[in-house]
Amino acid sequence: MKFRLRPGPALLVFVLLAALVIVTMVYAAGQTLLAGTMLVITALALWIYSAARTYAWRYLFPGIAAALIFVVFPMVYTMAIGFTNYSSRNLLEFPRATQYFLDEVFHGGDGASYAFTLHEDGPEFRLRLEDADAARAWVSGRLALATTTPLEVKLEPQGQAAIALGEPAPLKTVIARQKNLQALTLRLPGNDSKLVMTGLRQFGAVQPLYKRNADGSLLNQQTHALLRPNMSSGFYETEAGERLQPGFQVGVGWANYQRIFTDTAFREPFVRIFVWTVVFSALTVFFGAALGMFLAVLFNWDALRFKGLYRTLLFLPYAVPGFISILVFKGLFNNNFGEINLILDALFGIKPAWFSDPLLAKAMLLIVNVWLGYPYMMVICSGLIKAIPADLYEASAVAGAGPFTNFFRITLPLILKPLTPLLISAFAFNFNNFVLISLLTGGRPDFLDTSVPAGTTDLLVSYTYRIAFQDSGQQFGLAAAISTVIFAMVAAISLVQMRFTRISKDESR
Amino acid sequence: MAIVLDKSHRWRVIAAHAFLIGLIALVIFPFLMILSISLRPGNFAAGSLIPETISFEHWKLALGISYTAPDGRLVKPDFPVLLWLWNSVKVASLTALITLTLSTTAAYAFARMKFRGKQFALGGLMLMQMFPAVLALVAIFAIFDRIGSVFPFFGIDSHASLLLAYSGGIALHVWTIKGYYDTIPVEIEEAAKVDGATPWQAFRLVLLPMALPILMVVFLLAFIGAIIEYPVASVLLHEEAKLTLAVGSKLFLYDQKYLWGDFAAAAILSGLPITLVFILAQKWMISGLTAGGIKG
Repeated sequence: MKFRLRPGPALLVFVLLAALVIVTMVYAAGQTLLAGTMLVITALALWIYSAARTYAWRYLFPGIAAALIFVVFPMVYTMAIGFTNYSSRNLLEFPRATQYFLDEVFHGGDGASYAFTLHEDGPEFRLRLEDADAARAWVSGRLALATTTPLEVKLEPQGQAAIALGEPAPLKTVIARQKNLQALTLRLPGNDSKLVMTGLRQFGAVQPLYKRNADGSLLNQQTHALLRPNMSSGFYETEAGERLQPGFQVGVGWANYQRIFTDTAFREPFVRIFVWTVVFSALTVFFGAALGMFLAVLFNWDALRFKGLYRTLLFLPYAVPGFISILVFKGLFNNNFGEINLILDALFGIKPAWFSDPLLAKAMLLIVNVWLGYPYMMVICSGLIKAIPADLYEASAVAGAGPFTNFFRITLPLILKPLTPLLISAFAFNFNNFVLISLLTGGRPDFLDTSVPAGTTDLLVSYTYRIAFQDSGQQFGLAAAISTVIFAMVAAISLVQMRFTRISKDESR
Repeated sequence: MAIVLDKSHRWRVIAAHAFLIGLIALVIFPFLMILSISLRPGNFAAGSLIPETISFEHWKLALGISYTAPDGRLVKPDFPVLLWLWNSVKVASLTALITLTLSTTAAYAFARMKFRGKQFALGGLMLMQMFPAVLALVAIFAIFDRIGSVFPFFGIDSHASLLLAYSGGIALHVWTIKGYYDTIPVEIEEAAKVDGATPWQAFRLVLLPMALPILMVVFLLAFIGAIIEYPVASVLLHEEAKLTLAVGSKLFLYDQKYLWGDFAAAAILSGLPITLVFILAQKWMISGLTAGGIKG
């Protein structure tokens, strides 16, 4: 048997090694969870691409893995975040928050301090530190002093360096470069302590502000106060119970859900927004379907000419990207300069406040959303109506029935069953129609009586978004809990939809 | 149909035409208005549908060219519209490519192979696409924030993060492509296998060329899906130079800085090509799917 070069295994080994290097890097950077996830994926990939009985999964793995990691995992993770206090105040994980405290430094009274002077050296600078008591001095290398990124600089004894320093730069120059100088940390040879700028003429030794005890508490070296991590509030606290920033993420159990459902200040806007979400989706679907169906019936009428042209023009709103149409409407509806109000003003002398009156804002949303959504309904209904046998209409014409009888007795009953699942999925889509709300009204006008930002035109999703990304508190945990509630609602809608899909399939058999 | 037409019939036809023309006027009004606004001088100018004076200042700004205002002031573009368009096209093309690669291979396994958990995986994909990504925005932000602390290339404010976030959205496309594969007779691939082709070769050299129409359609649909995607991009991108069109366009219409005319030009400039691609995809979808049906 001849040996042949097989690229497959070699490639596999190479990819595997690269993956392991990356996983190690991630682990070293302190992201244990991420490293673990990547390791599991790598192991799975190795198994699937080496074992013979998993052959089918070689085709499935990349796609399914991407779907699991970037679609399913974020959903599960959202539910998990709903049980934490993750927010801008409790942003870091516990080890990172602890490290933040341990990295803090202070300039102690007993620490050494050195007089410093700044000397120009061409376009750059050198620092000179002097210990007056010991009559010793040190000099730095050339420094540009152009950035404020932290930089550690080693100094050399002035005698050894044999550098001719010019006159010390005037204080004006030091003040001009103060920001850059403050970014420096200096180290002297044979000395462990770090020196930072402590005054315009002085650098001083600093030491860590906190020392970690064996039991996990932190001792403040300056005031000798003791900080203890509180695992239920997510903060380091002093003996007196004072909380210190930054906080860290901890699990809070059902607290977020308790807030949503039992806190009156919170429950009230939640219920109002939920009701509007349902009303908005239902009305959108109703008006969109009604208009779409009417047009589809018209286009099925033999006596009508130019159908192709009409259909193409009426389809246009569906083809234009939604984010552009919505923003166009935002401008057209503008209270003061919008063309719609200019026309209304010229015709009837009215200027409706589309963006500040809650009822008008809701009406505007419905108008725009029906405009965006009816072409889809039109296309779907046209397809369904084409499938209705023509002899039904002929029979009804012989019986002398008018168009209304035709529609309510023949067309509607026959297309409603197959249409129902599509109507429900349109309802589900509009239930989460974040793009429309976010781009058109942003949820405004806002309620005036709520603690978190909430608007009269907010849907549940846009409300969640505002709590997470627009409120100053960035309450990710709370937002994730609301998202989880929406997940449950969407799941319920999906169940209903699947039932109707099955019914319409069974009937068509 | 030999039906006697009564007198009201003629009136009904005329009423229908009147209604349709009125509706079309309402539907087309925003498009014509935006074209007119893009050609008016200034950002607050009111006027008739056909502008009295035509000015190309907004178009110049949209194309990234400065212009000199009547009072001698040099007006520079406020936003890099062309850069945003390029960002959008770049992200959308790569997303479409990744989506296509991932979903064609997965659909092949679903259409042609037997394995345990097939029905479960197919049902799971169907279920997955009922939950929109907008519900998981907090988690998506947190995940990419974490990834970014190790690999800045894939972190917040990078196009790579957007590509990763979009790469999972294959569910619908897998179903579409699988449906098309199902219409192609399996005998052709089996003949290839009899001649010694591996399953991969049968897929790559026999099935894929036959499935080209649906691959084009899926590519275009994924492309449009990515180019109009707003929620995830709005969470992951913040820096002005990194924005995609969908996120950047809304910056034109803040109450404090209302650039209505500039927006109009930018909207047409970016909206027109996307609309044309969409109509093209619709046409291909219909012709591609029927072509497949005839072949099958």
